[in-house]
Amino acid sequence: MTSSIQCPIPVPGVPLLEVHEIRQAYGSQAVVKGLSFSLAQGSIGCLLGPSGCGKTTVLRGVAGFEPVSGGEILLNGASVSRPGFMLPPEQRRIGMVFQDYALFPHLSVADNVAFGLHGANRQERALRVAELLEVVGLPDSGRKFPHELSGGQQQRVALARALAPCPALLLLDEPFSSLDVELRERLGQEVRDILKQQNATALLVTHDQHEAFAIADEIGVMHQGVLQQWDSAYNLYHQPASRFVADFIGEGVLIPGTALSGDRVETELGILAGNIPEACRNQRQVEVLLRPDDIVHDDASPMQAMVAHKAFRGADILYTLLLPSGQKVLSLVPSHHNHADGEKIGIRLEADHVVMFPRAEAGGL
Amino acid sequence: MRILKILFVGALVSLAAASACAAEVVVYSARNEQLIKPLFDAYSKESGVQVKFITDKEGALLQRLRAEGQNTPAELLLTVDAGNLWEAAREGLLKPVASQTLNANVPAHLRDPGSQWFGLSVRARTIFFNQQKVKPADLSTYEDLGSAKWKGRLCLRTSKKVYNQSLVAMMIAEHGEAKAEQVVKSWVANLATEPFPDDTKMLEAIAAGQCDAGIANTYYFGRLMEKKAGLALGIFWPNQQGSGVHVNVSGAGVVRHARHEKEAVALLEWLSSARAQNLFADVNLEYPVNPAVKADPLVAAWGGFRQNPLNVARAGELQAAAVKLMDRAGYR
Amino acid sequence: MKRHGWRLAATGIALLIIVPLAVVLASLFSPERDVWPHLLEHVLPGLLGNTLRLVLGVGIGVTLLGVSLAWLTAVCEFPGRRFFSWALLLPLALPAYVTAFVYVALLDFTGPLQTVLRELAGGPLVFPAIRSAGGVIMVMSLALYPYVYLLARNAFLTQGKRALEAAQSLGYSRRAGFFKVALPLARPWIMAGLLLALMETLADFGTVAVFNYDTFTTAIYKTWFGLFSLQGASQLASVLILLVFALIAAEQVSRRGLRFTQAGRHSRMERIILRGPSAWLASGFSALVLLLAFVIPVAQLLLWAEKVVAQDFDARYLGFLWHSLLLGALAAALIVAAALVLSYAQRQHGDGWTRAMARIATLGYAVPGPVLAVGIVIPLAWLDQQLIGAARNWFGIDSGLILQGTLLVMLPAYLTRFLAVGYNPLDSAMQRVTRNLDEAAQSLGLSGLAMVRRVHLPMLRGGLLSAAALVFVDVMKEMPITLMTRPFGWDTLAVRIFEMTSEGEWERAALPAVALVLAGLLPIALLIKNTDKS
Repeated sequence: MTSSIQCPIPVPGVPLLEVHEIRQAYGSQAVVKGLSFSLAQGSIGCLLGPSGCGKTTVLRGVAGFEPVSGGEILLNGASVSRPGFMLPPEQRRIGMVFQDYALFPHLSVADNVAFGLHGANRQERALRVAELLEVVGLPDSGRKFPHELSGGQQQRVALARALAPCPALLLLDEPFSSLDVELRERLGQEVRDILKQQNATALLVTHDQHEAFAIADEIGVMHQGVLQQWDSAYNLYHQPASRFVADFIGEGVLIPGTALSGDRVETELGILAGNIPEACRNQRQVEVLLRPDDIVHDDASPMQAMVAHKAFRGADILYTLLLPSGQKVLSLVPSHHNHADGEKIGIRLEADHVVMFPRAEAGGL
Repeated sequence: MRILKILFVGALVSLAAASACAAEVVVYSARNEQLIKPLFDAYSKESGVQVKFITDKEGALLQRLRAEGQNTPAELLLTVDAGNLWEAAREGLLKPVASQTLNANVPAHLRDPGSQWFGLSVRARTIFFNQQKVKPADLSTYEDLGSAKWKGRLCLRTSKKVYNQSLVAMMIAEHGEAKAEQVVKSWVANLATEPFPDDTKMLEAIAAGQCDAGIANTYYFGRLMEKKAGLALGIFWPNQQGSGVHVNVSGAGVVRHARHEKEAVALLEWLSSARAQNLFADVNLEYPVNPAVKADPLVAAWGGFRQNPLNVARAGELQAAAVKLMDRAGYR
Repeated sequence: MKRHGWRLAATGIALLIIVPLAVVLASLFSPERDVWPHLLEHVLPGLLGNTLRLVLGVGIGVTLLGVSLAWLTAVCEFPGRRFFSWALLLPLALPAYVTAFVYVALLDFTGPLQTVLRELAGGPLVFPAIRSAGGVIMVMSLALYPYVYLLARNAFLTQGKRALEAAQSLGYSRRAGFFKVALPLARPWIMAGLLLALMETLADFGTVAVFNYDTFTTAIYKTWFGLFSLQGASQLASVLILLVFALIAAEQVSRRGLRFTQAGRHSRMERIILRGPSAWLASGFSALVLLLAFVIPVAQLLLWAEKVVAQDFDARYLGFLWHSLLLGALAAALIVAAALVLSYAQRQHGDGWTRAMARIATLGYAVPGPVLAVGIVIPLAWLDQQLIGAARNWFGIDSGLILQGTLLVMLPAYLTRFLAVGYNPLDSAMQRVTRNLDEAAQSLGLSGLAMVRRVHLPMLRGGLLSAAALVFVDVMKEMPITLMTRPFGWDTLAVRIFEMTSEGEWERAALPAVALVLAGLLPIALLIKNTDKS
C-alpha cells in the first residue's frame, strides 16, 4: 500500500542516538549516575532492569521530558540535551508509546493515529492512518473509540499513533506491562516485525527480560542508575559481565571453585577449562556461574545429586538439585525424565562457556 | 439531636402561644425593625402587653398571611405603603375596625373607606434638585419634569419599588391612563442615567451633578442631610396650584383571624395617638398622620405644602395598572 | 427488598423537589387573563434578551477566568503558585450581592474613583457605567468563577499532564497541546462547574436588584408583588425552569458517548515551569483576580464596618451570627445525609428510574429562592392545616401553627435548593469507591454498615467535607428563602444585609457582610485543605 507520506530513508554512518555519560537527578537524589550507549539507525535497543534502576528516567531524558544534569544526548549527531539545555520534545521528532498508552479518550482511533500528522492534507492523513492501522492489524477500527478496545488493541493503536509521523526514534515505556503473559510474547514478536518493516529505530524500556529478548537487538542491563552491560541477548546470557547481570538474566547459581594453572578451574562437579577473566587470575578462590543448561542429566554419571524441588515447565522440568556438599544447582531436563523429590539422580557438567567472578564481595564487579 | 430539640421547642412555643392567650400582640411588619422596635418597647412598658413582630417585604408578608389562613398568629399588619394595605383588604385578610379614636386621629383620605386599615404616618414623594444648577423657579409640577428642558437632567428610582408604583397610580387616578403613560414616557426620555435601586443613591447623584432633579421620599432626604450636611440639595413642593404633592402612608390594619382583637385595636389606637405619633414618625423623619400632632422640627423646617386629597387607597386600586403602564413606557 | 428501599429513598428525596416545582409549574395551566398577555407583549422579550446576554456574558467570564487560573495553578509553576492555588477560592465566602453593592458604591458616578478622577480632570468625564449589563456580568463573573476554577483544577490535576506529554511526543508544543488535548479532556468538569455558575446566575436576585438589571427573578418579584399576581409570577418562574431544563439537557447531550477517564496509572507530576515575563504575567493575573474578587470588596467592607461598628454592634449581632451558623450547620448535615442516600441509591441500584430521580433531585438549584419558598410554603401550609385540624378533632388541642414558622419549613426549602451543591462533590468521590473494594471487603469478612464505616466513609471523607463546606457557606449566604420562612425573631446575617441595603444603608450593611465573610472563611479553608492535593 502506498502512502503519500514517505518516511525518510535512514542515512547510514551516523548513529541515530548517542548517550554520553549522562547524569540525572530528582532534586538532590541522583537517579542516573553516568550512563553511555548508542543506537545505530534501524536497530532496536532496550534498557532492562528492575524497578527503580532509572531506566524510565533515561527514556524520558531522551524524549525531552526530563533534563540531564551531566553528560549529553545526541540525536542524529545534534546535541539535544545537556546541562542547562533541553530541546523540547515536540521538536525532537521522537515518537512515544506510554505505559498506559495515553490514547486520547475523546478522539476516535483514526483521529488518535492522525494526531501527529501536521501539515498533511486530509487525503494524505486518511491514507497514512489506513496504512498504519493495517500494519498493526486493526484495519477496521478507525471509527471506534479507545474505551471500546481491549488492552492489546489499545496498545497497537498507541504504536500506530507514534509511528504515523515517521519519527526518527521510537521510544517505548514498558509497553506490555498491562497485558497478560501469552499476549506479551506474541505481541513482542509482532511489534518487532512492525518496527523492522518500518525501518524504525527504537529504544524500549522494560523490567521483563523476555520482552527484551523478543524485541530488541541490543540490551542494556541497568542497576541503580548505572549501565552494567550493553550487549546482545546471547552475550548477556552466556557472558554476563557482572554478578548482577548474571543474577538478573536467566537463571543460575554461583558455586565455589578453585583456580588451577593452565586456564582450568576445579569445582565440586568437576574441572572446567576456559578463559579465566583478568580479575580472577591471581585468585585461588572464585565463583563459577552455572546455568541450568550447563548441567545435564546422565544416569551413567558417578556424580549424584538429590532432587530438592522440581518445576514443571511443559517441555522441560527445572530441577533444583542438592550436591553432596549441600550446594544447590539447577538443571533443565526434558520432562519425560520425571523424578520425585528426594530421589538421587546422576548429573554431569557440560558447559561451553566458563563464567566466573572473584569470590564473594556483595554486589557486582 | 439538636435538630429535634429545636423543632420540639418551636412546636411548644407555637402551642404555648396559642393556648396561653397571654397578653400579647403579634405584628407582621414591612417597616424595618430599627424603626418599630423602640415604639413597641415603649408600648409594652406603658400597657404591659408584649408585642412580638416579624419583619419582611410586604409582598412576602401578604403571601404568608394568605398561606396561614385562619391559623395565622398575626394580629396586626403594618406596611410602608397604602397599596399593599389595599390589596390585603381586597383579599379579605383584614377586618373592619369601628373605632372613634381612629376615625378622629386619622384624616379620611389617609384611611380605608371601609375602615380596614389606617395610615399612621405620612411620607411625601416630592422633587429634589441640585441647588447649584437649578433654581426653584425652574420647577413646577411632576408632569413638567417630562418637558424638553429636562432632557438628560432627570434621575429616577426604579419602577420596581412600590413608592413609584403608587405615584404613577395616583397619576392615573388624576389624569387617566393615556395621559399618565405620556408623562411617564417623557420622564424616561429625559433620564440622565439608568434608574437607581434606591432613593439615597439617587439623591447623592443629584448632589454630585450626574443629574439635576429627581423624585424621592422626604425621609431619605432628611437622613442624607443628617449624614452629609453640606450637600447642595434642595427640596421643592410641586403641583401646589393643582392636585398637590403626592403622599403615601405607612399604616396598619387588624388581621381578620386575629386572636387578640381587642389588644390589636388597642395597639392601633395607641399608634395613632399623640403619644405615639411622634415616636412613630419622628424616628424616620416622616409626617405624623394625626393632624393634632406637630411634625419633628427638622421635618417642619422643609416647609408646608398641600397634599393630594385623593384617598390613598386608590394607589392600591390602580397599582397593577401602574406597573403595566410603566412596563409599556419602558420605565425600568 | 433492599433495592426497593433505595428506590424509595431516592424517590422520596426527589419528591421534595418535584412537589414545589409542580406547584409552581401548575400555574402554567391557568394563565391569568389580565396578566399573561401583558407579560408576553411587554415584559418577556426584554427578559429573554437580558437573560441571554447575562448567561452568555457570565458563562464566558467564569470560563475564561476559571479555566485559565485552574491551568496555571494545577499544571504550571510560577512565583506565588502555592498561595494562589488556595487563595483563588476565597471569593466563595463573599456573596455576589455584597460584591455588587461594593463595586456600585466604588465605581458609580458618586463613588470615590469617579469623584477623584473628575477632580483631577477638572470637569466631567466619560467613564463606563457600572450599572449596566457589563457591570453585572463583571461582578457575577468575579463572584462565580470559583465554581469553574475548582472543578477544572481537579480535572487538570488528574488528567492534564499525561495527555500533554503524549501530545508533545506527537509534535505539539505545550500551548498547542493545551488547546488540542488538555482542554477537551477537561470539558465535562468545566461544563459541570459552568452549569453550577449559570444556575446561580439565573436564580440570583440580590445582585441584579442592586444593578436594577431586569431578569426573570426581578420580573417574578414585580409580577408577584407589584401586579399582585402570584399566578403570573409562577408562570414566569415556569418559563425560567424550562430554560434551566434546556441548559441541563444541552450539557447532557454534549457529554453523551464520550468517556473521559483514562485507563492506567498516573505518573509523577512535573509542572511546567514558567520563567521571566510569562511567570510574572501569571502571578500578576492571579493577583489581579484575587484583588478584584476578594481583597478590594473585603477591604471596603472593613472600612465601612469600622465606621458603624460602634453604633450597631451589640449582643444582638452575636445572635444573628449564631442563627446563621446554626442554620448553616443543620442544613449541611441534612443535605449531606440526603446526598449520601441519593448517591448510594444510585450506586447500589443504579437503574434508569433511580438515576432520573437523582437528576431531578438536584434541579432545585436552578429555581430562584422566592419561587421555591412559595412552592414549599403552599403545600406545607396545606399539610399544616391538616395537622391542626387533626389535633383539634382528635385531641381537642387548639395548637396554632405546627409546622409553619418553625425550622421545619426552612430546612426542606434549603434541601430543595442546595441538594445539588452537596451532591456533586460527594458523587465524584463515590465514583472512586469501586465495586472491587466492596468485594475485597466482603472477602475479608466485612459487610453492610461495618463496611460503610470502615471502608467507604474514610474514602468519602474528602467528598463529605467538601460537600458540607459548600452547603454551609451557601446556606449562610442565602437570603430570600430565609427571609420568607424564618421563625419570629430569627434574623440571620444575610437578612440583616438585606434590611440595610433595601433602605439604601450600604455602609451599615457592611457590618453583617463582614461577619458573614469571616464566618464563611472557616468552611472555605476546610474545603481548600481538602481539594489541594498537589
